[in-house]
Amino acid sequence: MKTPKNILCLGLLFLIGLMASSPVTTAFAQDFSTLVDGLNQKSFSKKIKAVEVIAASGHERVVPVLTALSENRLYFRRHDKKIFIVKSSDSGFALTDAVTGEGAGEAPKATFKKIRTNNRLRRTIRATLGGLTLLSKDDAIRLNAAKSVFKSGDQGALATLEKALKAEKSDEIKQAMLDARAAIIIKSDADEAAKITAIQHLHKVGGADVMSMLSPLASDKNPKIAQAANTAIKEIKDRQALWNGVQNAIYGLSLGSVLLLAAIGLAITFGVMGVINMAHGEMVMIGAYSTYIVQDLIRTSAPGLFEYSLFIALPVAFMIAGAIGIAMERGIIRFLYGRPLETLLATWGISLVLQQAVRTIFGPNNQKVGTPSWMSGSVELGEVAITLNRLYIILFALAVFAALYIIIRQTTFGLQMRAVVQNRQMAGSMGIRTKWVDALTFGVGSGIAGIAGVALSQIDNVSPNLGQAYIVDSFMVVVFGGVGNLWGTLVGAFSLGIANKFLEPYAGAVLGKIFVLVFIILFIQKRPRGLFALKGRAVET
Amino acid sequence: MMNEFNFKKPLLGLVTGAAIMASTALATAQETIKVGILHSLSGTMAISETTLKDAMLMLIAEQNKKGGLLGKKLEAVVVDPASNWPLFAEKARELLAQKKVAAVFGNWTSVSRKSVLPVFEELNGLLFYPVQYEGEESSKNVFYTGAAPNQQAIPAVDYLMREEKVKRWVLAGTDYVYPRTTNKILEAYLIAKGVKKEDIMINYTPFGHSDWQTIVSNIKKFGSAGKKTAVVSTINGDANVPFYKELANKGIKAEDIPVVAFSVGEEELAGLDTKPLVGHLAAWNYFQSVESPVNAKFIKTWKAFIKNDKRVTNDPMEAHFIGFNMWVKAVQKAGTTDPDKVGAAIIGVSVPNLSGGHSTMLPNHHITKPVLIGEVQADGQFEIVFSTAGLVAGDAWSDYLPKSKDLISDWRAPLSCGNFNVKTGKCGGTGK
Repeated sequence: MKTPKNILCLGLLFLIGLMASSPVTTAFAQDFSTLVDGLNQKSFSKKIKAVEVIAASGHERVVPVLTALSENRLYFRRHDKKIFIVKSSDSGFALTDAVTGEGAGEAPKATFKKIRTNNRLRRTIRATLGGLTLLSKDDAIRLNAAKSVFKSGDQGALATLEKALKAEKSDEIKQAMLDARAAIIIKSDADEAAKITAIQHLHKVGGADVMSMLSPLASDKNPKIAQAANTAIKEIKDRQALWNGVQNAIYGLSLGSVLLLAAIGLAITFGVMGVINMAHGEMVMIGAYSTYIVQDLIRTSAPGLFEYSLFIALPVAFMIAGAIGIAMERGIIRFLYGRPLETLLATWGISLVLQQAVRTIFGPNNQKVGTPSWMSGSVELGEVAITLNRLYIILFALAVFAALYIIIRQTTFGLQMRAVVQNRQMAGSMGIRTKWVDALTFGVGSGIAGIAGVALSQIDNVSPNLGQAYIVDSFMVVVFGGVGNLWGTLVGAFSLGIANKFLEPYAGAVLGKIFVLVFIILFIQKRPRGLFALKGRAVET
Repeated sequence: MMNEFNFKKPLLGLVTGAAIMASTALATAQETIKVGILHSLSGTMAISETTLKDAMLMLIAEQNKKGGLLGKKLEAVVVDPASNWPLFAEKARELLAQKKVAAVFGNWTSVSRKSVLPVFEELNGLLFYPVQYEGEESSKNVFYTGAAPNQQAIPAVDYLMREEKVKRWVLAGTDYVYPRTTNKILEAYLIAKGVKKEDIMINYTPFGHSDWQTIVSNIKKFGSAGKKTAVVSTINGDANVPFYKELANKGIKAEDIPVVAFSVGEEELAGLDTKPLVGHLAAWNYFQSVESPVNAKFIKTWKAFIKNDKRVTNDPMEAHFIGFNMWVKAVQKAGTTDPDKVGAAIIGVSVPNLSGGHSTMLPNHHITKPVLIGEVQADGQFEIVFSTAGLVAGDAWSDYLPKSKDLISDWRAPLSCGNFNVKTGKCGGTGK
């Protein structure tokens, strides 16, 4: 009669076991809910501890919860403190239960309060998520994870990383993971040989991040490791110095292209008519405001065209600035020919009038001009980061220069302009209507300044004072490069830009500009006509 | 006797009429107390100062609704010094000597304040200065309702050292007296805290500077030496816009190299795309996001007054709120707008601030303020990540500069000195 008793005992034990395990599974879910509630505390240090505990729990909802928290989308309901992941919708928030992942309808925003984050908390989450998402099915997520583990050197991610490396098929992601492993190893207590291999791997990677990682190792107790780190650091530094030179040259080109755009219109008007146009900066400003108007119109009537707004703004700016230029010439300047001081004063007065007109129409504050998405961000060339908007401005400046060059060399108008520059009397005797050439040249010069304004609106503030910042630089370039000469303006602009950028690291922005100005003054003493002076017997002085 | 036109009657009528008109004109002129507003409405600082002019107009209108001051209406006199520092002095003289204002609320940059200081001291006017500044000054005629370095710069640096464990520092500023002096104080403070000189990089740029490529690149390089780096920015005016744009374009995230700014608030962020700037910091004594009933009421009144729901409030506006209310209370206490009597009455005056507490005018002409550190959010508001437990009293003479640590300022009788040296017992230190 013992067997039924045994079976009974077994059965009882089994039942007890069953009963014990189910609270465990519900307790597991309850625990996670408690852990998530632990995120809703005042102290940031306590929040960081809560994040670490959640990450260690291994629950399937860890990644969505932590991602939402780092994106500031984790909120709690005010009256019952229940935590939700939110998404903005028309009527307030679209809710997802943080613990279960189920949709929870919509609710007004006022009933919720955000769970605050700060930089340190977001940094911790980023590092943690990196380790957790290494095995994701999505390529982009795995690559991002490898990169953030590389940055953080998180020791806890090593095991997952090794697993991910074995399964990785993509070369690019595999490389990122190997870099990440090297970054982890140099911070761990692996043996000397492993560390040195890791250092050599990082040596090949190079870059500023690697410098940060290797710097503490340069003073390591183990002389072999310290030496390997120091060699790597020195070589990376040398490479950086080289790229530094390249960077200065590229930034100099970028600054030069800005100067070129601003000055090229002035070179033409100054060259053809000898008129010192102090309102030239305001033409640039008007071009920038035309861009603002075009973008405003697009924003209200045709939002889909925003990406093309700059292309639309170019002819608009050219027309408006050119029209104002022709009006200026026909209305005021043509009465003042041969009287340079009066022209200077008159154009200075016009510049003040234009500034105040813009201030009255648009207000004295800066206007926001947006950047289309294809112009935002930066591109990496070796170890130099070039912002895309500046890159496009360099290309644009060269395109404008080329277009002008073709107009001046190949069209009738250009021919007439060149004739008037070289010898006004003779050109007049040949039947060229010098007065009209003057007016149109002024119009073209101002129109080009307007186009420059479109480009400059992307990198500088659009305010009524925009012109003031560029007028002195434009004159510097024109005087340095040679009046009336396109090539002179090009060479002058780029050389001044590069000189400025090479001086800046040593002398600072303010002193650098002063040195460049002093250099130009001394240069003019030797060559009063600038770099590319016009030659010829009949050239007027 | 044909021309015996009796013009006595019409003449009498004319004279009486003129007299009545003149007396009513005089009477109506005597009915208002003029308040001067000296803020740049154009130029590089217009981005920051225009809203302060609007805030003052609102405060004056609100006070007039309460019945004015001493039974008279307040009249705002607005001038535009156009971000032109010598013009600030001219306009100050115009307000005090010609327009005969009872008090002036104005200025932002320290160079503009230094320009107007001799005018206020000569004509014995009162200036309420609402902006954070570098200290090293305490004038009988100026009331500093903005933060002194110990109410903004030092607590911000402490926060970064404690919370973000920052070991390398970039001090980037616009080239004029405020950033230069603040950076002197901060450098002395950091070195006193054990930071090495090669871990501090100092850099100055002109007003309106727009080409930040090299500088931001250098910041990135400086921050890659293996130690946590932060940027302390005293960049002023619209140069901030291309600076933050360049940071965003180069991908410098706040989690890697945080930037804490002292002159960037809600108003300056309104002209920027703030999504790439999330996490960068600002240190002030007030943010629009402060949760208090007083603040909610203030924001509601402001939005209704300016008729624009998108306009924001910021710290210098709160400073004007405090300064204006202190002036009103002092005038009521003294019973007159005479500058000397108001100056004596205002010390010790306490008014509510917008964070739910109170602010008191100290004998050194500074006030007590809480210190708040906020992180930029995607909507252009600040999330407060730190606030001092209590109020910090403004210290005009920094304890970290050797020449000014022995100086105190006390404008009460009998001391009546802005730069009294406690070691020598004499009035007249320079702090330089």
